[in-house]
Amino acid sequence: MVAIIDYGVGNLFSLQSSFAAIGQEAVVTADPERIRAADRILLPGVGAFRDAADKLRASGMDAVVLREAKRGKPLLGVCLGMQLLFDRSYEYGEHEGLGLIPGSVRPIADVIPEGLKIPHIGWNALTITRETPLLGRIQSGEHVYFVHSYYAADCADAVIATTEYGAELTAAVASGSVYGCQFHPEKSGATGLNILRAFCEDV
Amino acid sequence: MITKRIIPCLDVRDGRVVKGVNFAGLGDVASPVELAEYYSANGADELVFYDITASAEGRALFTDILCETARRVFIPLTVGGGVNSLADFERVLGCGADKVSVNSGAIRNPALVGEAAKRYGDQCVVLSADVKRVDGVFRVFAKGGRENTGMEAVEWIRRCVGDGAGEIVLNSIDTDGVKGGFDLEMLAAVCDAVSVPVIASGGAGKIEDFITLFRSLPKVDAGLAASIFHFGEVSIRELKEAMAANGIPARL
Repeated sequence: MVAIIDYGVGNLFSLQSSFAAIGQEAVVTADPERIRAADRILLPGVGAFRDAADKLRASGMDAVVLREAKRGKPLLGVCLGMQLLFDRSYEYGEHEGLGLIPGSVRPIADVIPEGLKIPHIGWNALTITRETPLLGRIQSGEHVYFVHSYYAADCADAVIATTEYGAELTAAVASGSVYGCQFHPEKSGATGLNILRAFCEDV
Repeated sequence: MITKRIIPCLDVRDGRVVKGVNFAGLGDVASPVELAEYYSANGADELVFYDITASAEGRALFTDILCETARRVFIPLTVGGGVNSLADFERVLGCGADKVSVNSGAIRNPALVGEAAKRYGDQCVVLSADVKRVDGVFRVFAKGGRENTGMEAVEWIRRCVGDGAGEIVLNSIDTDGVKGGFDLEMLAAVCDAVSVPVIASGGAGKIEDFITLFRSLPKVDAGLAASIFHFGEVSIRELKEAMAANGIPARL
């Protein structure tokens, strides 16, 4: 069973539906007992980093996620949920993340040429840079759906896939049993469902 | 490289897709859920559901259909039609919509774009504009293109982007339904004025119209059409293959 962490950020209908579509039970919950009982954790997130980090702490979910991740329970952060795994973000100031993966979150504008639109929105191709169970069922060149204005930086050791948008941007990361994807697997068609399937069955 | 998006638009009234549809292999061609699944399996990059219902019953039915679609289709879903308030945003986002498109609602209440962007993020708010030339000036039309608001279109779009609209659907009334190609002149004017993604709508009749669109206006991010896809005049798969063959990035 997958516990989708409910800390008051974003809309979890599609995420929950995508697990149902691959025959996996997923519950949206903020109950520490249910999260402890789950096999896997999904940390969602949309919107601004600071707002999400504040809500994660205010709900007490930060401690629950940290404890379970440190016990080795597979964790997948999606979009802003991935960014929250890092040490800090420089989105409108400097804000602390969960520190599960060394690195920081920085504006795309710092690294892409002028004239490219921000946010980076739409379908872009993945380049898999390191073999991991999470991406074991897909191949480089498959497209996934992105919507973001910030990217994970200073995290070369954790990068498992990149995407090209005027620069190589971090698309997915892994550190032990902690995984993250910048794109939305629940909006990335068959490729996205294969990634979620791998998270449930291979990680 | 980011790909150019191809987006079929489904007009839904009383729970059924409006505009005749004929597809081999599709059980119920007027079922929005089945049609959405068909498009998703056949290469659509995104779907737009447009609610053209007037009644409260129809609206409730539309919401049910949206939820059912989001349970079965895993590509981005934009919803428009009858969006006049934050409560309307809440209603459709709760059913799995990713983006909400506002048109007449923003004209009636220009604060709506800013309020929605603040609450749900810019990426969630799509401004849809129906635009027509009147005495050589691009004017914004309301109520499904029936009423001239008198507002100059580029100025209106620029203002909405300033308020937080994260994407523009530009529908040219002048080319809509003519099937003679997209309105390149109007699209160029809007692309030059804003830095958010612009989706071209109105005028596509054949594959070459999309090729011309993306070749002559590299700033356009997506092409939207309805009947040519519904009637099978253009197959999305063949369109994508033609785009790739012409050096236009496409998700095959």
